[in-house]
Amino acid sequence: MESLKAEGVTNVFGIPGGANLPMYDAVVDADFRHVQTRHEQGAGHAAEGYAKASGRVGVAFATSGPGATNLITAIADAMLDSVPTVFITGQVKTELIGTDGFQEADILGATLPFVKHSFQVTDARQIPEYVHEAFHVASTGRPGPVLLDVPSDLFRADIEYEARTEPVELPGYKPSTEGNIKQIRIAAKALANARRPVFYTGGGVVNANASEELRELVASDQFPVTSTLMGLGAFPASSDRWLGMLGMHGTFTANMAMDRADLIVAIGARFDDRITGKLDEFAPHAKIIHIDIDPAEISKNVGAHIPIVGDVKQVLPKLTREYRALQTDSGRMEAWWSQLRTWMQEHPLFYEPGAGGEVKPQLMVETLRKVTGGEAIVASDVGQHQMWAAQYYGFDKPRRWINSGGLGTMGFGLPAAIGAKVACPEELVTCISGDGSLIMNVQEFATCVDENVPVKVFLMNNGYMGMVRQWQQLFWDRRYSAVQMGSSPDWVKLAEAFGATGLRVEDAADLEDTMRAAIEADGPALVDIRVTQEENVYPMIAPGTPAREMVEAPGLVR
Amino acid sequence: MEAGTPDLVKLEDLRVPGQLSGRKHILSILVENKPGVLARVAGLFSRRGFNIDTLAVGPTDDPSISRITLTLDGAVHPIDQVTKQLHKLVNVLKIRDMEPEDTVAREMALFKVSAAVENRAEIIQFADIFRAKIVDVARRTMTIEVTGSADKIEAFERMIRPHGLVEMVRTGEIAIARGHE
Repeated sequence: MESLKAEGVTNVFGIPGGANLPMYDAVVDADFRHVQTRHEQGAGHAAEGYAKASGRVGVAFATSGPGATNLITAIADAMLDSVPTVFITGQVKTELIGTDGFQEADILGATLPFVKHSFQVTDARQIPEYVHEAFHVASTGRPGPVLLDVPSDLFRADIEYEARTEPVELPGYKPSTEGNIKQIRIAAKALANARRPVFYTGGGVVNANASEELRELVASDQFPVTSTLMGLGAFPASSDRWLGMLGMHGTFTANMAMDRADLIVAIGARFDDRITGKLDEFAPHAKIIHIDIDPAEISKNVGAHIPIVGDVKQVLPKLTREYRALQTDSGRMEAWWSQLRTWMQEHPLFYEPGAGGEVKPQLMVETLRKVTGGEAIVASDVGQHQMWAAQYYGFDKPRRWINSGGLGTMGFGLPAAIGAKVACPEELVTCISGDGSLIMNVQEFATCVDENVPVKVFLMNNGYMGMVRQWQQLFWDRRYSAVQMGSSPDWVKLAEAFGATGLRVEDAADLEDTMRAAIEADGPALVDIRVTQEENVYPMIAPGTPAREMVEAPGLVR
Repeated sequence: MEAGTPDLVKLEDLRVPGQLSGRKHILSILVENKPGVLARVAGLFSRRGFNIDTLAVGPTDDPSISRITLTLDGAVHPIDQVTKQLHKLVNVLKIRDMEPEDTVAREMALFKVSAAVENRAEIIQFADIFRAKIVDVARRTMTIEVTGSADKIEAFERMIRPHGLVEMVRTGEIAIARGHE
């Protein structure tokens, strides 16, 4: 506990059990706030939401066996989205390890593929050292989850905590942060020669808190910017340099810009398959500058012509300085911008407006933007609603968009929103969810109510697991299999049963007022919004096809 | 002004270095001697689809550090990506991709061969040619220890196999950099 305090921990999420009882006894007198979730997966995602909203390390506790295994999805999620998190699990007592004791699970072994690092405590005196090392590894370099597994007898051991004075030193862990200045100079000189450049930014810019540095660099010239799902908000969507999101459900302009670019500047992004589409045909004309803190990401999927390993917060100002020192000609990008503007005009995001009070899901996101002034923290689950939220909310600031991008975990949204609200109690925290996703961790409404975490959930209820339905419709000949969500539950009654406010919208005319009512209500609220049932997310790059074969919304008039 | 003043970098001159070396690589990896380290390394290889040809683990002169020597095929795997992924393991301290011309690599193998009395002389002769040692003799078999490069061990195996190979055990290669003048 002293070690956690020394790390500045103010909030923890978790559930007690047999093997971590000694730690929970200490929670009674602890200086931090413990939020008792209703499922360990919820605790894990809440820790992620906390970390994503605040940039601080998220912490979750669980007991041995099922408590620990319930955390695994959240650990894997934190790994794929590089979320700084520390998970502390109880383990059966030392003498029982390896005997298949009650509630014994080899959590260290089970999570090896999903952790940045992990520690098995074998001596109570290791605990303070390992806690500090865990926070160091989780929060530096490319952030990620660290697991600390502690047998219950070692939690009980009485050890003296000595405050740490030395910074943590791990001989095998030394992230390079500065960026090679020679490479940065070459990058600046290549950029100065590019006629069709695109900045492709990712979650790394958000993680590095380098949003300002990115904006400075982009302001150096007429550079167009797109970003991955994870990077939304690092660059303002309201800027005239913004091309929209990139990737499978990104904008036509952003994807075509990558396809035609002569130089791509990838910053804190990792060329995921949802970005590249068919890899062999990705960005055929482009040379690549790749800036990332993780050397293993460079040339993993797409070869980098100019690799720069470093913390983007340190590298970007250097690149800005080097670029501005060069003789450059903004006019070289004129033809490029005229092409980009034509695409933007002729291929905007588009949906057919609803008729007769029908609530289009896209309209729901636009209305939420309107009633929140675009200033809310938006947590999301995974599926169609996530894509529409990403397309239509228009994030202008980093750490406002909290979603599960890499692992794509349905059930992430509500607990992540709880974590975000605990991290930022002054902010309005909303959750855009779907009826398929929300029910996967619906028990966390109890956490919202009992722990007084007033998040506002806007449920895009279309009666389907919509994204899977869309794929079955488009790629499986509309043979719907196990995607109907039926009529259960009655979401309004369910919210009320938990002690939250439950509201419903069935007519577009009521949308705005009901959203405002939910936001103004005391405590947590859920709005069950009945949206178009079989709406598809467009535009779309079908899996395994190149970006230039992107399919646009039917009905889009050029 | 024409874009592309002389000191700028011409985009058409930029190249991505080749990823596949096309030859066998020996990686000498120093790791912290802690429980679970081998599982982390092995798990990384299986998870990323890297195929290990041989693997040898042993202590070093420092008891807190172990050495993993592994060989893999650079025609199939981008070695650069393999080493970068390995470096991400916190317990991995140092990785050396051994240069073939600058490295002494050795492997040991034990061959148990069926050896009727009338064949023994010939088997002993083979062993002599390969500077191998007879380490065990029984009524029907002989066991021979061979040390050398992987090629030499494979050559010996080809020679001895027609006599009836009962069992073979190989250690996997270990390697050390040659000393410099």
